[in-house]
Amino acid sequence: MSLVREPVHQGRLKTPFYPRVEKLDTVNQWHEWKGYSSPDALYCSEMEYFAIRNGTAVFDLSPMTKYRITGPDALDFLNRLVTRDMAKVKPGRVAYAVWCDDQGQVIDDGTIFHLREGEYRLCSQQRHFAWFQAAAIGFDVSIVHETEDIAALAVQGPTSFSVLNNMGIQGLDALRPFGLMHVDFQGAEMMVSRTGFTADLGYELWMDPVKALDLWDALFEAGKLHKIRAIGTEALELARIEAGYLAPYEEFLPADETIRTGRSRSPFELGLGWLVDFKKPNFNGRRALAEEKRNGSKWQLVKLDIDGNKAAHHSYIFAKEKGNKDEIGFVTSAAWSPVCKQNIAIGTVLAPHGKPGDTVWVEVYYQREMHWNRAMAKARIVDKPFWFPPRRGATPPGPY
Amino acid sequence: MTDSYDAIVVGAGHNGLVCAALLARAGKRVLVLEANEQVGGAAITREFADGYSVSACAHLLYQLQPEVRKDLKLSPRLASEDMTTIALCADARPIRLSAGSVEGVADKDAEQYRRFRKRMTRFSDLLRKFFNKPPPRLGTKDFKDLFTLGQLGLDMRMLGREEMQEFLRLIGMNIHDEVTERFENPLLRGAISLDAVLGTHLGPRSPNTILTYLYRLAGDHGRAAIPAGGMGSVSNELAHAARNAGVTIRTAMPVKRIVIDNGRATGVETVSGEQFDSLMVISNADPRTTVLNLIGAKYAETGFARRITHLRAKGNAAKLHLALDGLPAIKGLSKKDYAERIVIAPDENYVERAFNPAKYGESSPDPVIEITFPSFCDETLAPTGKHVMSAVVQYAPYALKGGWNEAAKAEFMQTIISTLSEYMPDIGQRITASELLTPADIESEFHISGGHWHHAELTLDQFLFVRPVNGAAQYRLPIDGVYLCGAGTHPGGGVSGAAGRNAARTILKREKAA
Amino acid sequence: MKTYDAIVVGAGHNGLTNAAFLARAGLDVVCVEKNDYIGGATVSRNLYKDWWYSNCSYVCSLLRPEIYRSLELHKHGLQVTPYGGSVQFMESGDYYGSYHDPEVAYREMARFSRHDADAYKRYSADTMRQCRFIRDFLLSTAPDPTSFKPKDLKELARIGGKFMDMGEDRMYETIRFWTMSVAEYLDEYFETDVIKTALSGSGIIGTALGIHSPGTAYVLLHHYMGDVDGNVGSWGFARGGTGAVAKAIAGALEAAGGELRTEAGVDQIIVRNGKAVGVALDNGDEIKANIVVSAMDVKRTYLTCMDKKDLPEKFYRRVENFKIRGSSGKVNIALDGLPTFPALPEGSSLYHSDMHFIDSMERMERAYDDWKDGTWSKDPYLDMTIPTLSDPTMAPPGKHFMSCFVQYCPRQIDGRDWTSEEKDAFGQTVINQIANYSPDFKDLILHAEIRTPQDIENEIGITEGNIFHGELTMDQLLFNRPIPGYAQYRGPVDGLYMCGSSNHPGGGIMAAPGANAAREILRDLKRPNTVPENFGDD
Repeated sequence: MSLVREPVHQGRLKTPFYPRVEKLDTVNQWHEWKGYSSPDALYCSEMEYFAIRNGTAVFDLSPMTKYRITGPDALDFLNRLVTRDMAKVKPGRVAYAVWCDDQGQVIDDGTIFHLREGEYRLCSQQRHFAWFQAAAIGFDVSIVHETEDIAALAVQGPTSFSVLNNMGIQGLDALRPFGLMHVDFQGAEMMVSRTGFTADLGYELWMDPVKALDLWDALFEAGKLHKIRAIGTEALELARIEAGYLAPYEEFLPADETIRTGRSRSPFELGLGWLVDFKKPNFNGRRALAEEKRNGSKWQLVKLDIDGNKAAHHSYIFAKEKGNKDEIGFVTSAAWSPVCKQNIAIGTVLAPHGKPGDTVWVEVYYQREMHWNRAMAKARIVDKPFWFPPRRGATPPGPY
Repeated sequence: MTDSYDAIVVGAGHNGLVCAALLARAGKRVLVLEANEQVGGAAITREFADGYSVSACAHLLYQLQPEVRKDLKLSPRLASEDMTTIALCADARPIRLSAGSVEGVADKDAEQYRRFRKRMTRFSDLLRKFFNKPPPRLGTKDFKDLFTLGQLGLDMRMLGREEMQEFLRLIGMNIHDEVTERFENPLLRGAISLDAVLGTHLGPRSPNTILTYLYRLAGDHGRAAIPAGGMGSVSNELAHAARNAGVTIRTAMPVKRIVIDNGRATGVETVSGEQFDSLMVISNADPRTTVLNLIGAKYAETGFARRITHLRAKGNAAKLHLALDGLPAIKGLSKKDYAERIVIAPDENYVERAFNPAKYGESSPDPVIEITFPSFCDETLAPTGKHVMSAVVQYAPYALKGGWNEAAKAEFMQTIISTLSEYMPDIGQRITASELLTPADIESEFHISGGHWHHAELTLDQFLFVRPVNGAAQYRLPIDGVYLCGAGTHPGGGVSGAAGRNAARTILKREKAA
Repeated sequence: MKTYDAIVVGAGHNGLTNAAFLARAGLDVVCVEKNDYIGGATVSRNLYKDWWYSNCSYVCSLLRPEIYRSLELHKHGLQVTPYGGSVQFMESGDYYGSYHDPEVAYREMARFSRHDADAYKRYSADTMRQCRFIRDFLLSTAPDPTSFKPKDLKELARIGGKFMDMGEDRMYETIRFWTMSVAEYLDEYFETDVIKTALSGSGIIGTALGIHSPGTAYVLLHHYMGDVDGNVGSWGFARGGTGAVAKAIAGALEAAGGELRTEAGVDQIIVRNGKAVGVALDNGDEIKANIVVSAMDVKRTYLTCMDKKDLPEKFYRRVENFKIRGSSGKVNIALDGLPTFPALPEGSSLYHSDMHFIDSMERMERAYDDWKDGTWSKDPYLDMTIPTLSDPTMAPPGKHFMSCFVQYCPRQIDGRDWTSEEKDAFGQTVINQIANYSPDFKDLILHAEIRTPQDIENEIGITEGNIFHGELTMDQLLFNRPIPGYAQYRGPVDGLYMCGSSNHPGGGIMAAPGANAAREILRDLKRPNTVPENFGDD
């Protein structure tokens, strides 16, 4: 009877890059990310942020949830799963996608890499194996959870192309945004995709964890003259808001985890209508979304350019400056953007408020030497990302 | 070759035929495709041994809804009607239960039974009202839904305060508590328990068995009958009514798939490769077969498909057919009693113990049995002087550990015969041929996934608003152009025709509204 | 002779709670108790040397925080120390543990099934939604759906509104949840037997139902309510044993000027001219009062302590048919040291958890079959804890107290009382099951108290020793509890009230029936309400 088994690992897990990241760490601020230790910052998040916008920032993405999807019905499976048309995503391309439940409410967003003909990798913040298994009923498809099998790094910033080029990666100059290619790294296959969470020139590297430390070393060696720095989550988060990208648990909650009715969001409500392709005859949420399209949405995601310089964390949004009765929404992410010198935020408001160009008012609370102050700040709704430099899309990228 | 119809009904079960007939009478061009050689689905008569015929699956008629009879002007010929239930006891005289009274028990029990049946009949009448209309949707602002809901509430209140309290208390209760509270006589308790659990995956102690008991009464108040010529004659009469109304019925035409094109049904394709076009396909098959096999989960949305896979529909009732060279002797029975319904369920604990193994995928070592001798009042079914016994035997779980192979069937057959022998000592010598249909056999012969005669377990979590599953309780699947009309939908199984009629009415109303 | 404003019969946690709220409204209240200790089944007893036994109820998860706060129980010495996690020991020698840290819990689940590990969050969200739905009704009186009174109609409309707010799909899911069996509910989320087994226990604890019986999914909520508040320490042991809860409530009662009398068993509730006027004690004394509130279970109240002729006939019959079924027993053990469980790593946090020794759904259900057959489970479902790992006050340092809740265990064996041999055999069944996983366990036993439902009934007074004072089946819930038409804490006789767990919302150390009854009484007496409202949570 006594089969003494290896006890399940208690505490936090370490990613394949941990030994290197830990060595660069000077502030000892870590948080938990899907069971792994991940740094908030390594020396100073503001300085780390400028690595993203000025040099090359390296961020350890390994805890990101990853699935390998293969089999004869892989494409059909994905097409029923997500709202956009995956048939248009050819091998070597990457697509941003959302998937919904039958009520048309977003379960999560993620990126789908078409690695090779009929072979995909899906990356997301949350874990969805149970949902994907259910979605696979009736399809000849294999879904494998491969988070632990793939080490991943984000290499982002204007000099990232130079760094990778320096490392000897061939063919990178032809890689367009949302493209991917397979290259050799010290005898092992590495996948390089021109993707990221920063709206800047940048890449992500994916490979066997066995080679993780070699990759790190080679990368930093190649980046020595190109202002390469490892960064933590805080710097990335700032870049994410400037890019106007959504984060689960900030801009939306996974629908299958919401307890209260009305706390989930549809793709339309998240400004992702462009990802919903009604030309597809069937996909999860189609019926509900078609109805929403006919009847109108309840919420509207907005990007806000706010007067002043006080970041509008957790602020209420009002239609008018005076009179707190007409509260129309709230801010979900906010920051002072160092590159734009703008007070930016992402929020959600009741439709039909929230059209680009509309003016709204944001109630900002800010603390100065213990005391709290309140200000009503005027804000304009914008429809473009706050930061979207030409170098992000330039192919071939410049040497910067 | 393709041929085009206003509606195609997949499966000529009795509900499919009712639905088809009603649609045709409203002017629709309707095609019914049946996989088997005969119409009727699980309501057929067929030969099982040389010269011996039997109602192959359903064998008693007690739920055919008056509304269906009226709409289609049915008047099935009955070989035996208003049947008494005779509950056998191995070492004492049997008791006799009829709709209003019971004989062979103490006066107190007889009086209690009268009261019990009166109340149950009242409650079943309330349910029956709802069985003959589609369940309303909840949470809509649709006037009709609200009206139906309001009516449900009002009808309950019309029972009077005390009776409404009793209804609300009983509806979720088990039959075990009710019979042990009321009755002294074990045979009486056993017979009522059997009625509550027959055809389900429930034991008398399972909450919800009052509901299943009420369900049985929600037709002819529990009065059972044997149609002349077996159950197939009811189906033939229905088919006749359907054809008269202009329905085309094609048998031996198994449907391979319901064709979904650009997100909606456009027709069906048969196993033989024929295509029939129609923008409306109505499936009389069970919900699981319909969604997972005929349509394909990929054409539904994930949440819905998942719900269908969770639908509980595992049958426990086996059907036993015996060809006998004469009537077996049964202690305490007179000759005319062979026209009645005979049950072996000596007390409620016996029934519960029979159920226990079914939970673990084992068959009952002491099964409960419902027996009829249809040949006794219908000589067309057996050679002169010979007889047919038709019995429902429980529990024989669909998912038997190790599967229903020949050995397992032979063993269970042996168990049944030895149980029968306790009450009919000479039964063993009388048998000249036999047939045992386990739920697995019922699945393959009648194309019912799980071999469950209600197509989906009849429990409150699969009842009314949520039958078979959320999102399909109004006979419409969330795939354009596909409807359900079988026992898996509201209200459930039994040869009642209610599901078929409700489906047809829903479809016609929808068209009118559109 | 003095006439009290109110007599509360039975100093269990509900009786005490009721009396405390009445006293706080200025009523002259006396709470009478037949035993020489208070608490009823909410009790800590010094049964062996320096050991204190939580010998009936053993965990504190449901106690309504509104009541805790309102009665200021912390000031009266109550402190709940958190514990958590659970472990299922498996016949294979493996085990399945659940842990506080959600990621560790995830990894452990994923070791058995990745699917199940991911399904867990949907399961928690769906279950929590149901918890939130009913939580709102705990501290309120169930409306009578057959009544046309504005108060009932208003409350019905409120519940209806809350239900409608869920939206169409979730309304259907709610209907299904309330009617399903816990086994089927779990089948819709999980594929691993041992994980389902671990979660299913909460669906049957305290009931005479099996995991496959429809309606048991709902029972889960009665055990999850502790989590829904999301307050740290909501699952825990009362420091000093469960009796500390009763002591604290009694403290609140006395602080409010209420009176407490032990060794004052009630023989009869006295009714004159159709009105309850007091009680006659076992010793012949009478106590007069304007109202009598019974904290006893409904059967004991009406069938034992009242005269049949004082009660409406139909009501009496319904009380006879009310189902209180002995389904669980206890084995309480004093230990000379901490037993080791070789399957667990040394120092594992799982030593502090609920331990279980059944690893399959089939074994769970078979345990129930034994009960149906009129005997105790030969392979029972144990919910075993060692509270002394968290609480230093219950045993000398280094020594331990072990509480084993055992299901199923009937009130009678084959329809007759237990023999002492059977009782010993029952105890041995439990001890052997644990010893299978802990070789040194038997040698550490210093003293064991074996309690069958019969013992609990005889000592505490609860009919059949049922922890909920009545089955939690749909026919006995909400407006049906305990008797349709009498679900609002008022008895069939003027001046007679009920405040025990036979009433809505039922048992467990929740104290809600006691508090709700107090609110109704104060309403009838036109006194200011002292009972707190639900903490809103939106």
